[in-house]
Amino acid sequence: MEGMVMRPLRGGALLRRNFLTCLSSWKAPPRIPRSSQSEALLNIANNGLPYAPLQTFTEEEMMLKRTVERFAQEQIAPLVLTMDENSKVEKSVIQGLFQHGLMGIEIDTIYGGTGASFFSSVLAIEELAKVDASVALFCDLQNTLINTLIMKHGTEEQKATYLTKLATEEIGSFCLSEAGAGSDSFSLKTRADKKGDYFVINGSKMWISHAEYAGLFLVMANVDPTRGYKGITCFLVDRGTEGLHIGKPENKLGLRASCTCPLTFDNVKVPEANVLGQIGHGYKYAIGMLNKGRVGIAAQMLGLAQGCFDYTIPYIKERVQFGTRLFDFQGLQHQVAHVATQLEAARLLTYNAARLAEAGRPFIKEASMAKYYASEIAGRTTSKCIDWMGGAGYVKAYPVEKYFRDAKIGTIYEGTSNIQLNTIAKHIDAEY
Amino acid sequence: MAELRALVAVKRVIDFAVKIRVKPDRTGVVTDGVKHSMNPFCEIAVEEAVRLKEKKLVKEIIAVSCGPAQCQETIRTALAMGADRGIHVEVPAAEADRLGPLQVARVLAKLAEKEKVDLVLLGKQAIDDDCNQTGQMTAGFLDWPQGTFASQVTLEGDKVKVEREIDGGLETLRLKLPAVVTADLRLNEPRYATLPNIMGAGPKASASGNGSADVAPMEAGCRRLGQGQPCEPWPPVCRKPRRRRLR
Repeated sequence: MEGMVMRPLRGGALLRRNFLTCLSSWKAPPRIPRSSQSEALLNIANNGLPYAPLQTFTEEEMMLKRTVERFAQEQIAPLVLTMDENSKVEKSVIQGLFQHGLMGIEIDTIYGGTGASFFSSVLAIEELAKVDASVALFCDLQNTLINTLIMKHGTEEQKATYLTKLATEEIGSFCLSEAGAGSDSFSLKTRADKKGDYFVINGSKMWISHAEYAGLFLVMANVDPTRGYKGITCFLVDRGTEGLHIGKPENKLGLRASCTCPLTFDNVKVPEANVLGQIGHGYKYAIGMLNKGRVGIAAQMLGLAQGCFDYTIPYIKERVQFGTRLFDFQGLQHQVAHVATQLEAARLLTYNAARLAEAGRPFIKEASMAKYYASEIAGRTTSKCIDWMGGAGYVKAYPVEKYFRDAKIGTIYEGTSNIQLNTIAKHIDAEY
Repeated sequence: MAELRALVAVKRVIDFAVKIRVKPDRTGVVTDGVKHSMNPFCEIAVEEAVRLKEKKLVKEIIAVSCGPAQCQETIRTALAMGADRGIHVEVPAAEADRLGPLQVARVLAKLAEKEKVDLVLLGKQAIDDDCNQTGQMTAGFLDWPQGTFASQVTLEGDKVKVEREIDGGLETLRLKLPAVVTADLRLNEPRYATLPNIMGAGPKASASGNGSADVAPMEAGCRRLGQGQPCEPWPPVCRKPRRRRLR
């Protein structure tokens, strides 16, 4: 905790500068009082009304949220600064994620997973993102992309081989994008030629998250380019497979602890048994699973924005300029209220999309809306938080600038904002 | 090994990270809609009980909490950490304010006798009232030996060796079971309830009982006289604006 600092001024006058108690260096994060609201439990009685507000959780979801919150605050928060500076995630954090069952939230207990609901994943991702968006990404990609794909489309044998490992010790990596195929992912050029009872994959991938730590790669390759995207197939490739080269991690603006690498496939032999689902159906699986992935990213951006906001408000309540607390200036209050309203709207969009997905109802439009909105307001919220923090928001000694940098990717990955808007418009077109 | 049974008392308190606000009528602090959680010292007590169970020295852990319906949350957390059974002594919300160490100690003493436990574990004090009395009073009612402020607990056959943190340093006691032990900060580092345990805590048995049936805890309830203002944080943050002379 910083104490009082005396600084001599020109002419010998002493200037006392009060260091605010809440602005201690975040190497040892202070116990900043968060919002004191407790979320009400899902209560069937609920004052006689059968319709609970969106922010009602079951007991398990509530306990899960609390546990992840504590875990993030106590085990991850002290390491965030070093992980960002070194662009490397600490092993203890990954182990902690696995130990607490956070990497296999929806996996069935028979495979060693937690057997919880999709909404639980969303809550876990949100709580992790409040502390570090990179760590939240590990949890998000594993749960919403990798695990979902294998659970939905894997054979019993594939599930038995991979799900337990994914729940307990192995990170999975999803390989779709290429240098020439980003938003236009179906124009991917990686080929998988059938040779007897195995496939030979040739090509390269780019922007692959967690490739440096992953033990399993889900590779989308085209078995028959003449069929266009209808040849795209999903292959399960283990890390040690000969011909699979993992490139140097990118030096990124944000999410630095989550490594992003290019991959090269040089005659990588994959047995036929490692085809996930049906040949030529990969594009369907990719689209289907990216829908849930969107809700996961929305949760990550939401948590990021909320974490940044939670850090900033105590500051502006304490800092005094012109004899008044910053928070007492009406201009600032209006900005804060504006941002808080947007956060709440993003939260409701995300929770609703998650509940719709759980209920098995159509949720693609809502998921796109949630991802688009959450990522956009995350950028705005973090930018505003830097404004409110002033100079303190601009320096690396305080976490706000990291939230700002991390938020930028939200509008880009797992479907850029423009793509989301296209999707929403397409659905609206179909409705009218 | 030993067929010991442990009773762990857990209290639902306002979360330590929450900013406390005094009610406008000065009769107490605002508790409605405020985040609550298990008292940190109670967590340490539960963790110790679970560790003893993992060492196979304790057979069954019963978590008990006295208070309004929301205490079930706290019991469920204890179950998720590794307790086997939960008992909720229901006290109506209106009377929960007057629930103090004396009443809780009576309840715990009765329960300890009813459940025939060998070890009663509690946190040394609650972070909302800092009373530091419940464990001691429980031992008094039961006429059992007590080891308070424990920083190390070792079960040795029919005795429990308790290393206590006292003003002068450390004191080691050997208590004959059954005994009451209250946990201090350095006893252990409580585990997080892992997600699979949280999912499994639901089906675990949790009995609810009305405390006044066999115990009359409210008879000696005290009336709170008033609530003072919390101290202002240091350093003082407001400065009077300078007066400008108008010309």
